[in-house]
Amino acid sequence: MLEFIPRPAPSAAARVRTTLGALLAGLGLAALAFLFMGVDPVKALASILAGSFLSPYGLGETVTKAIPLILAGIGLSLAFTGRLWNIGAEGQLLAGATAATAAALLIKDSLPSFLTIPLLFAAGGVGGAALALLAGWLKTRWRVNEVIATLMLNYICAEFVQYLIYGPWKGPTQSGFPYTDNFAASAVLPVLGATRIHWPTLLLALAAAVGAWVLLNRTRFGFELRAMGGNPDAAAYAGMDSSRTTLVVLALSGGLAGLAGVGEVAGIHQHLTYPWAVSSGYGYAAIIVAWVAALNPLLAVPSGLFLGGIMVGGDAIQISMGLPAAAISLFNGLLLLSLMAGEFFLTYRPRWRRA
Amino acid sequence: MEKSVSPDLLTDTLTRTLAAGTPLLLGTLGEICAERGGVINLGVEGMMAAGAVAGFGTAMATGSPWAGLAAAIAAGAGLALVHACLSVTLKANQIVSGIALTMLGLGLSGVWGKPFVGTPLSARFTSVEIPLLSDLPVLGPALFQRDPVFYLTVALAAGLAFFLRSTRWGLILSTVGENPLAADSAGIPVSLVRYSAVVFGGALAGMAGGYLSLVYVPSWIEGMTAGRGWIIIGLTIFAGWEPWKAVLGSLLFGGIDVTQYLFQAAVPPNFLKSLPYAATLLALMTGSKNASGTAAPPAALAVPYRPGER
Repeated sequence: MLEFIPRPAPSAAARVRTTLGALLAGLGLAALAFLFMGVDPVKALASILAGSFLSPYGLGETVTKAIPLILAGIGLSLAFTGRLWNIGAEGQLLAGATAATAAALLIKDSLPSFLTIPLLFAAGGVGGAALALLAGWLKTRWRVNEVIATLMLNYICAEFVQYLIYGPWKGPTQSGFPYTDNFAASAVLPVLGATRIHWPTLLLALAAAVGAWVLLNRTRFGFELRAMGGNPDAAAYAGMDSSRTTLVVLALSGGLAGLAGVGEVAGIHQHLTYPWAVSSGYGYAAIIVAWVAALNPLLAVPSGLFLGGIMVGGDAIQISMGLPAAAISLFNGLLLLSLMAGEFFLTYRPRWRRA
Repeated sequence: MEKSVSPDLLTDTLTRTLAAGTPLLLGTLGEICAERGGVINLGVEGMMAAGAVAGFGTAMATGSPWAGLAAAIAAGAGLALVHACLSVTLKANQIVSGIALTMLGLGLSGVWGKPFVGTPLSARFTSVEIPLLSDLPVLGPALFQRDPVFYLTVALAAGLAFFLRSTRWGLILSTVGENPLAADSAGIPVSLVRYSAVVFGGALAGMAGGYLSLVYVPSWIEGMTAGRGWIIIGLTIFAGWEPWKAVLGSLLFGGIDVTQYLFQAAVPPNFLKSLPYAATLLALMTGSKNASGTAAPPAALAVPYRPGER
C-alpha cells in the first residue's frame, strides 16, 4: 500500500523543484479545464504565453499588471509570515486609490510634480494602512477573526468607492460617466516609452521587496514576526507583544497594497473609477503571488511577474477565444490548489510498500 | 404622508426575511458541521456559487427543480471533497486552501454560467401549504405557504441540533474536532469523520447556492452570492457553533437584507448594500464582548491531525 514518510526540513532546491512541479500540475489541470470548456488546451495555453511574455506589447502589459501584484504580494508575505490572514489587499488597494484621489483632487495643479507624486503615494500608503489597521483593531481589541474582518472591509470599500464616483466625487467634466475628474498633469505618473509601465511605482515595488526582506530577516521585528507565525505560545512566553506586532505588520501590509492603489489611479486611469476597474482582483491574486514566492519578499518579484503574465494572457484568450473573464479565476484557483497540494510532498515522501 | 404598519407589510417583511435567511442558515449549518469536526472551510462562497449555477443549469435542462437542487448539492459536495483531500489527507494550510476553493468555485460558476446569464428560471418549486396553519393571520402566509426547500432547511436545522447534542455520532464528531488524538485512541477513524463532515458541509453550501438561483432570485447572475459565503463564516462564529443560534443569526441577517428595501428612499444605495457586511463585523464584535454568549471554537480547528508525530 501507499504510505507517506515524513522528510527532514526541505532544502531550497527541493522547494524550487516542488513549486515548479506544482505550477506545472496547475497548468495541466487548467489545460484539462479548457478541454472541458470545449477549447483546445494547447492553443489556449499557447495564446496565454504569446499574449503575456512573447510580444513586446504583452511583456509591457505583464510588467504593468505585475506592479500592484508585487506590492500587495510583498505585504501579504509579511502578514502571512506572522500567520495573520490578511485577505483584504483588494480593499486596502482601493483605500489607497481613494486616499490618493482625495489628495490629487485637493492639490490639483497647485504644486509641482516632484511634490505632488510623493504626497499621493504618502496618502495612498496611509489610506491602505488605515484600513488594515481597522481590521487589526477589530482583531486585537474585539477578537474579530481577521479573515472575516478584512474580507468584509473589501466589500464595504468597493461600495464606498461606488458611492463616491456616482455621488459627491462624480466629475462634471466626465460627461456623465461615474468617474472623478481627471488628475492634473502634475499628479499623473510618468510611464516608460510607449508602455503603460508607471516606473515610479515599479521602483517602489522593487525597493519594498528589498526592504521587506531586510525587515524580515535582519531585524528584531522580523524575528518576532517569524516567532509569532511559528509558535505563538512560545512567542508570548518570551514576552513578545503579539498585539503590537499584529498591528504593525497589518499596517505595513495594508500600506503596500495602498501604494499599489496609487499606481492604478495615478498611473493607469488618471481618475477614480469603478472599483472592479481600479483593481481587477489584484488583491486576491496577490495571495497566490505570496504563496508562489514561499512568503519571501524578494521572490514576490518573479512571482508577481508570473501572475501578471497569467492575468494578461487571460485577457488575451478572453478576446481571442471568447472565454468568460471567470476563466482566470478558475485558473488561479487551480494554481493555488496545486501549490497547496505540492507542499505536502515537501514534508512527506510517498513510498509504495507491499502489504 | 402617514405610514402605518399594515398586516400585509408585516407578512411581506417576514416572508422576505425568511427567504433571505434560508440560504444563510443552510450554509451556516454546513460550516458548523465541518468546523465541529476540526476543519475550517473558507470556500463557502465558491461552493455556493458552483451550487447556484449547477442547480440552475440542471433545473433548466431537466425541467425539474428537484434535479436542480440535487445537482447543487453534488456541486458543493464535490468541491468540498477537494478541500477535504487537501486539508485532511495532504495536511495543507486550511485557510489558503479554502481561499483557493473560493477562487475555483467562483471561476467554475462564471465559466459554466455564461450561457445562462439573463435567462429566467422556467422550472420552479411550487409552494406547499400546510393545512390549517397556513390560514393563520400574518404568520400563515409567511411561514406555512412556502417552497419545500424552506421546510427542508428548518428540518435540517432541527436535525443537526439533535444530532450534535443527543447522538453518539454527534459526540464523535465533536471529539474529533476537540481532541483528535483522544478520538484516535478510542478507535474513531479521524480522517473518515473529517471527510464526512467537510463533504456534508459542502453539500449544504451547494444547497444554499441552489436556493439562491432556484428560489430566492430565481435566475443566474454572475457574482450572485455577493459575499454571502463569507457572511456565513462570520455567522458560524456568531452562532458559537450551535445550530439553534445559527437559526437566530440567519433570521437577524435575513432581516438586515430586507431593511435594504425598506430604507431605499432615505439612504444612498451603496450604504444599504454595505449593511450586511458592516453588521457581520458588529455581530462578531458584540459576540466577543459578551464572553459567556460565544463559545470557544473547537480546540483542534484548522489543525491537521498527524498521528504519531509531535
